[in-house]
Amino acid sequence: MIDYTSIINKEVLDIKPSGIRKFFDIAETMDDVISLGVGEPDFPTPWNIRNAGIRSLEQSKTRYTSNSGLEILRNEISIFLKRKYNLTYNGKEEILVTVGGSEGIDATVRAIVSPGDEVIIPQPSYVCYEPITRLAGGTPVIIETKAENEFRVTAEELKSKITNKTKVLILPYPCNPTGAIMRREDLIAIADVIKDTNIIVLSDEIYSELTFGDEKHVSIASLDGMRERTVVINGFSKAFSMTGWRLGYACGPKEIIKQVTKIHQFAIMCAPTTSQYAAIEALKNCDDAVEKMLEEYDSRRRMIVKGFNDLGLTCRDPKGAFYAFPCIKSTGMSSDEFCEKLLLSKKVAFVPGTAFGLGGEGFVRASYCYSVEHIREALKRIKEFLDEIGA
Amino acid sequence: MNKRLLNLLNKNARYKITELATMSGLSEDEVVSEIKNMEKDGIIRGYKTVIDWERMDSAFVSALIELKVTPKAGLGFEEIAERIMQYNEVESVYLMSGGYDLCVMVKDKTFQQVAMFVAKELSTMDSVISTATHFVLRRYKELDVPLIGCKNDDRGTLSL
Repeated sequence: MIDYTSIINKEVLDIKPSGIRKFFDIAETMDDVISLGVGEPDFPTPWNIRNAGIRSLEQSKTRYTSNSGLEILRNEISIFLKRKYNLTYNGKEEILVTVGGSEGIDATVRAIVSPGDEVIIPQPSYVCYEPITRLAGGTPVIIETKAENEFRVTAEELKSKITNKTKVLILPYPCNPTGAIMRREDLIAIADVIKDTNIIVLSDEIYSELTFGDEKHVSIASLDGMRERTVVINGFSKAFSMTGWRLGYACGPKEIIKQVTKIHQFAIMCAPTTSQYAAIEALKNCDDAVEKMLEEYDSRRRMIVKGFNDLGLTCRDPKGAFYAFPCIKSTGMSSDEFCEKLLLSKKVAFVPGTAFGLGGEGFVRASYCYSVEHIREALKRIKEFLDEIGA
Repeated sequence: MNKRLLNLLNKNARYKITELATMSGLSEDEVVSEIKNMEKDGIIRGYKTVIDWERMDSAFVSALIELKVTPKAGLGFEEIAERIMQYNEVESVYLMSGGYDLCVMVKDKTFQQVAMFVAKELSTMDSVISTATHFVLRRYKELDVPLIGCKNDDRGTLSL
């Protein structure tokens, strides 16, 4: 018998499958579940984008593209980033088209982090940063963001975590699962700390198009002196409802992007060609479609936030992404317990906040990538649940 | 005028006032008065239900009629359009660009009845030059609402 544990890379072995895997598995086998658990848009990709992909297939555009991605796509990304966030990246050397934002994060971390380096990660946040850091040999250093700070990273928290080994600060805003954003003044405070160091900011801005109210997304790379020390990750999945197309991009100083491209070149070759052609259409002709989806998300957001607050589950106003992050401490249950009981007794599925790292206990993530009718039904069942447990 | 409110009503005219208020960010009183004003101003013209009549026994036939007409001096197409609107059989009337002038959607119980309506009523009008009748065979989507298929959520229950 082969002892596979002696064969598999130790870092990989040590990555624990998410503790809530079992809970997920139960949910997937149940019928009639009203789920608020999915982290991707319910809208289909706008038709003109799909059609652009189809057209490219009809024209037999089915070969590899250049490693960095189609030049015309990189130029459109450059124009889009300037237009939307006042970012200036040259499509030739400073933009790399990747397989979703995820690959951009992975390749960038691998390009920068050496064994022993520390990577500062705010949590609760998306689950990939910690394992990716470990696989690169780095050490994750967690900042537990606080509800009373609207789950933003503060300059003081950041300062307290910086050591001479700190290599990267991950900045995951707008944030999955908290819905938090970093306002311009919050970013300036962070930039003031970073500017005296050699720390590189990896700014994961995949939800940048999805902000609500007057506060539009601000990229830290657009602040004075930050462009040279920031890699911006973005992509098409969330804004254009293109999750399955697997397309994103990394932008940064050419000295970094050149190295990231080497990893991408050998691990991936190039991002999917059909998706790249479709993405050109997304960047050029989809402002109205995005606007429409945003308005729809906003209606649902308002409904779900009010719904939770009316039920006594305190829920801050999420300013970005498409998640509400209500506090369930008033029930006296842990997040995992709350989610499991709610699933088993009322067939409503949330993701417990603990899935997103430190600071998630006491909270649950509710996606509002669902129709108003669906959200209404979920809220009704939660009310029944709370009434039954006497909370 | 509140476009946000109209978009919500256009999506589902049966949202409750409290829901409309929550989703639009207006107060309930504002929602009520906005709607009342828009009804009064004729911006909101009515509330209807999207029905798949094919599933009912009382099915009907509808047709799109292309009309070429001679516009009247000074009145343009208004006069004839207003005359055509009067018929109960007529569901909608549009002035079109392109190969013909008026698009008339007609509904009745049988093919025969629609055909007779076109022959006896529409084509005999003075200013009507010609008609072309296209019967609707099947409805797939109406007023943004798909009438076929049942869209299942293929995203699974949970993802991070």
